[in-house]
Amino acid sequence: MRTDLLTDTVDGLDEALAAVDAFDETLVGGLLRPQPAQAGGLAGLADAVAGSPLAGRVAEAAEKTAAGSAGEEHFVALAAARTALLGSVHDALLVRVEEAVGRPCAAEGAAPAGDGEHAVNLHAAARTWLCDLARAGWQGIDHELVGGAAPVVSAMLPDPALRRLATLLDGFAAELAASCPGATLERVPVRRWADLWTRAVLLTLPGAVTTSPTEEVTGRLLPLGVDVQEHATAVQAQVHAVFEPADGGTPRLVRASVSAPKPDTVVGAGLWQLLRPHMSLLAAVGEGRAVELDAMPVTADGDLVWDDTRARTGEPAEVFTTARVALPTASAAATAPLDRHPARIAVPVLLEGYTVEEDEDGTAFRVAGQRLAVDTDRAPAAGPLTAEVVASSVACLALLRWDAGEFLLQPLAVERTVRKKPVAVHAGAWAGGTTDKAGVRAEKAATEAVKVLRERAGRLLRK
Amino acid sequence: MGDGALSVWEKSSTARVVPSARPRKLAKVPFVELADGRLQGVVSSGSDIGRVYVSSVEAGTYAFACSTNNNRPCGGAHGWSCNHIRALIGEAVLQYGADRVARYLKVEVAGEADAGTLTDAMTSTRPAQGDSSAAAQVFSRFLRHLAYLELAPTTAPLPEMHWFPTTRAVA
Repeated sequence: MRTDLLTDTVDGLDEALAAVDAFDETLVGGLLRPQPAQAGGLAGLADAVAGSPLAGRVAEAAEKTAAGSAGEEHFVALAAARTALLGSVHDALLVRVEEAVGRPCAAEGAAPAGDGEHAVNLHAAARTWLCDLARAGWQGIDHELVGGAAPVVSAMLPDPALRRLATLLDGFAAELAASCPGATLERVPVRRWADLWTRAVLLTLPGAVTTSPTEEVTGRLLPLGVDVQEHATAVQAQVHAVFEPADGGTPRLVRASVSAPKPDTVVGAGLWQLLRPHMSLLAAVGEGRAVELDAMPVTADGDLVWDDTRARTGEPAEVFTTARVALPTASAAATAPLDRHPARIAVPVLLEGYTVEEDEDGTAFRVAGQRLAVDTDRAPAAGPLTAEVVASSVACLALLRWDAGEFLLQPLAVERTVRKKPVAVHAGAWAGGTTDKAGVRAEKAATEAVKVLRERAGRLLRK
Repeated sequence: MGDGALSVWEKSSTARVVPSARPRKLAKVPFVELADGRLQGVVSSGSDIGRVYVSSVEAGTYAFACSTNNNRPCGGAHGWSCNHIRALIGEAVLQYGADRVARYLKVEVAGEADAGTLTDAMTSTRPAQGDSSAAAQVFSRFLRHLAYLELAPTTAPLPEMHWFPTTRAVA
């Protein structure tokens, strides 16, 4: 990997992000009665997309918003402009990643448009809440305003077709609630909340969600590792893998996901317990095995839509062998248009021959003279991949990510040398269960917690 | 803010704003939350498995309330802190960490905060008994919380979850 390319400057990146930051700053104070400084941020966003098809609508939206008379369509236009800007940042970063990794991206597939006429009223209610939020600003939030999301989320969650927006709003609203009242906030996660707001606004639009599968694939799936994502009331496990088509075609980088809403007290090993019954792949990952797929649906951007009846656990497949042999030959799918955002970059890479640096800024790998930060916290708590294990590693399979202006590594698995032999430690080792002493204890506690909640639910919920 | 340059945390898309809850046993106190300006939750009755108490402590004033889910006053709440409220504070400290609970309730503790010192600090101000009008709302939030267990998992991808990375760090 050419790590020098990852620390080099990217042309235009600072300018694009400066426009994003200036717009994001307008959401801190809110857009009910915009100040002159906020008008600058709005105009800057419009200028940044002046050469795009969005130009006219965004210019109008910036003007109306600066005058304090923005309607929903204007907030939508601003969200679209911000999404487009960060989309360009994503594209520029990904070109860099492809050069550094030396792995070409597949040609862009045509993503089908989503279903346009689903739950129109709920989407409208969500949009109204989001616009109220933009007017109040992060410093203007209070419990009453934030609480307005709850009925929308409760109505959306049971419908799997609305799960994306519902899960996003739920996590976002919980953060805002924990930060109320906004007037006394010492610091604001400026870019993060603008990201979540922008994304939610766009997901309320008809046709925004396009995850319908475009084909079915048959062949062998070689898992690389599991990325776990969670907020208080949701969890998703995403398995990154190399898929080898049975017909001998080019191997592909794919993901398989399983997610569930959850009570906030289900944590740690409880997350695996919640997800395990719904995707046999997690057990295969835990055991280090390949999986044979038979007509598994896949989306244009490389997401398998898992169905246990189309999967059969196969032969043992050592992850680092997959990373050394199959990964370099695999091609990645193009990102879905709306998902083009730097936070969504997660490219599997194998690193060897680095030295580990540990200081007050955390852990980093020095690779070919370049320093790459390692986010050792970003591994599931119910798993053996600790910061100490990462620090003593000699090889690392990681997801290459980008956040807050720099590339960083999220380890999925590492190899250590124990008595002159390589020993692998996986972040998702306990996905299918474990015999590890601490793991067994965590599993037992999690089983107990869910049992209590189910008993309480059975007794109190349907009365 | 307002001075132009944003810090790394402010420029992060995946900054952790709310630490995840720490695991705890749920048998006695199945539900605890820091919400609506209160520490509030649901405590299971020790004698009747069909009965629960809804208990709360208000931030700042420490006004307390404890009643059953059918809105009967708790027999033990003649003074501040019946056993239910003590249990609630104890479990909140386990779930969120003592510092976060202290911050939310606006309790000043000299030295290391724990469930005992927090409770003592609040008791010493002789807080008033609050009204239990919020009990119905807290109970319905508890039921909403339980309902999350009944929602179906899905294998359709949720790209938005990339903004919510897991973390080994706890509260």
